[in-house]
Amino acid sequence: MISFSPSEEQKMVITTMKQFATDEIRKIYRDCDEEGEIPESIIEKAWEFGLIAGSIPESLGGFGSEHSAVSGALVAEELAWGDLSMAMHFLSPALTAFPILEAGTEEQKAKYLPLFCEKARKYATAALLEPRFNFDLNELATSARLDGSDYVLNGEKCYVPLAANADLMIIYASLDGDTQGFIVEKGTSGLEVGEREKNMGIKALATYKLGLKDCRVPKSNRLGGEAGCDFTRIQNYSQVALSSMAVGVAKAAHEYALEYAKQRYAWGEPIASRQAIAFMLAEQYIDIEATRPMTWEAAWELDRGMDANKDAYLTKMYADDMVMTVTDRSVQVLGGHGYIREHPVELYLRNGRGFATFDGMAIV
Amino acid sequence: MIDFEIEPQIEEARKVTRENALKHFRPIARYYDEHEHESPEDLIDTLWQDPSLGMAGAMGGGVGGIGPGMVLLAEEMTWGDAGLMLCSPGPGLGGAALMMAGTPEQLGRFMMSYGQGNPKWGCMAITEPGCGSDTSAITTTATRDGDEWVLNGEKIFASAGQRALDNEGGFVVVWASVDRSAGRAGIKSFVVPSGTPGIRVEKLEKKLGIRASDTASLILEDCRIPYDNILGNPEVVVDKAKGEGYKKVFATFDLTRPFVAAMALGVGRAALEFVQEVFDKEGIKIRYGMPRNKLTSLERDYMEMEASWKAAQMLTLRAAWMMGQMSRNDLQASMAKAKAGIAVTKVTQKAVELLGPLGYSRDSLLEKWMRDSKINDIFEGTGQVNTLIVARRILGFDREQLK
Repeated sequence: MISFSPSEEQKMVITTMKQFATDEIRKIYRDCDEEGEIPESIIEKAWEFGLIAGSIPESLGGFGSEHSAVSGALVAEELAWGDLSMAMHFLSPALTAFPILEAGTEEQKAKYLPLFCEKARKYATAALLEPRFNFDLNELATSARLDGSDYVLNGEKCYVPLAANADLMIIYASLDGDTQGFIVEKGTSGLEVGEREKNMGIKALATYKLGLKDCRVPKSNRLGGEAGCDFTRIQNYSQVALSSMAVGVAKAAHEYALEYAKQRYAWGEPIASRQAIAFMLAEQYIDIEATRPMTWEAAWELDRGMDANKDAYLTKMYADDMVMTVTDRSVQVLGGHGYIREHPVELYLRNGRGFATFDGMAIV
Repeated sequence: MIDFEIEPQIEEARKVTRENALKHFRPIARYYDEHEHESPEDLIDTLWQDPSLGMAGAMGGGVGGIGPGMVLLAEEMTWGDAGLMLCSPGPGLGGAALMMAGTPEQLGRFMMSYGQGNPKWGCMAITEPGCGSDTSAITTTATRDGDEWVLNGEKIFASAGQRALDNEGGFVVVWASVDRSAGRAGIKSFVVPSGTPGIRVEKLEKKLGIRASDTASLILEDCRIPYDNILGNPEVVVDKAKGEGYKKVFATFDLTRPFVAAMALGVGRAALEFVQEVFDKEGIKIRYGMPRNKLTSLERDYMEMEASWKAAQMLTLRAAWMMGQMSRNDLQASMAKAKAGIAVTKVTQKAVELLGPLGYSRDSLLEKWMRDSKINDIFEGTGQVNTLIVARRILGFDREQLK
């Protein structure tokens, strides 16, 4: 039965995340962006919510709730409303954990998933993007070749969140033309973490280039074992995560612009009293409110085990455009002030532009 | 719980509605587009025999009651044909006003004969030659004279106005002012049954699209109706805290706007499917999952059309769902209407462009759908009026703070 109402449990999660975003993330996000760093203390706090462990079965040490893309989408939106860099940071362990949970062999699950349920925080990530303009996730330049009992990976990756700290990561590579995942542990020979990247936005999140030079991964570490994984489906989880984050960023920008437009006076009245401004705000709001249930529907399809490719892809495409327009219009509402770093809308714009690029950098 | 599963009985009703649309609407859609003001009598009889196949079936939400079912069924009908769907006998928009603001006694009095006898229609008359969206400027007057109201004025753009007045049991809900000095608060709605002396059809409009639907100009000259034909509170309440007189728990628009949005969705989907069929025939595959910079222009256009359609559908379903939940949905209703009106206008216009000579030709229905869809960005409040409503609501501004 069609319903747009989150469950009671989900409502509690939303409230908790919103509170955390308001009380903690929003207090420091501007400094984090300027300094390019997120303090340890808040990373620890975020870990304590058990955002990853909550989706891992009890038998593997988790809290035993069912992994739900819908619930994940709700969390992602709230965290990204707080700050995108931090949302991506806090959820980055999922980049390894959730593909294993969804597509891993029993052996892989037993070996790796308990790590994400420990009290001590784990760094984990995934490497999908490659540094070229015509990057195509279905035709990766990074290659995997079977050699005896190992896969040998070669290529170059970029935008790998927290790679320098990661104990574990999934590296995506082309195996006979198919994109497949490989679970790679820290210190594997041939895995070279490059310099930290300098990006237009998400400046608080450390991302890295990665070099793979005859990087040898045991055969058993191919995600999903010999049968491999359905990469499209993993990608769909990622599209849901990023679309939800786009909704969160857009909402943050819109809210700021709306409040500003009510406070800022010109010709004796708030600028929001002019349709030129008011309509921008209304159109932003309509598109944000439309995108959210689109992400929910794609997530719901995933949770149902349905083919979600079309909806997840179209939603991501729509969300990419939506967040770009909304953040741009938010800067526009503030005019010259929007261009000054005293106001956060320029940050939202820089972050917003990234969504069209961020393939595979978040997952629910 | 967040859920997108359609209940089996609604899914079944949808299927039946679609089959009916294909059988009864599509084959005659072109004919009645090109023969404006002719009446599709056979179709009207069919829809009178089984009202669930026409507008009434969707308005009441069909099997599911008021809620998302309404959207899904209306979509199937206008997927068949929007103009013909609007010919559906039944209480229509006038009925919506009655449902929203009428007393049980009024509902019984005006709606009871629906389902019996000959086909009959309800109609809503708001617009006047001098006012459209600005209903506070309504000049039609209702003056009390003992046990009666006396209506005087001119109404235009009344959908099904002719059918409502020409057939026994029909009625027109007329918006009129009981006190011109009170502005909006003085506007009330009145039920004028067919056969009432003093109301007549002045002319039928010739339109860009939805030509099968009659759009009438009505003249009211000392038109007398019983006192208790007024809908809602007859008192003029100017104090905002008490609510304006004509407002009930839900305003009529909270129902009709999602409905119009759903109508837009049906036409939009027809166009999308038509384009898809041409692609299939030509062996063109839309590649979902490709990087955007590798897509063809055609793929990108088509995907953007699909995505904006989906965005409109989500807002529409949500507005209808909230209504079903008895939640205040005026903001969501306006959002759905604003979005669906423009989204489908653009979808159909783009579809004509994409198909080049095929799209522009009257050999297929696509160009007609483009003309039909435009009305959804206009009636029940233009896209701009609905955007203005959204803006006021999110800003917390009244009509003085945001004009």
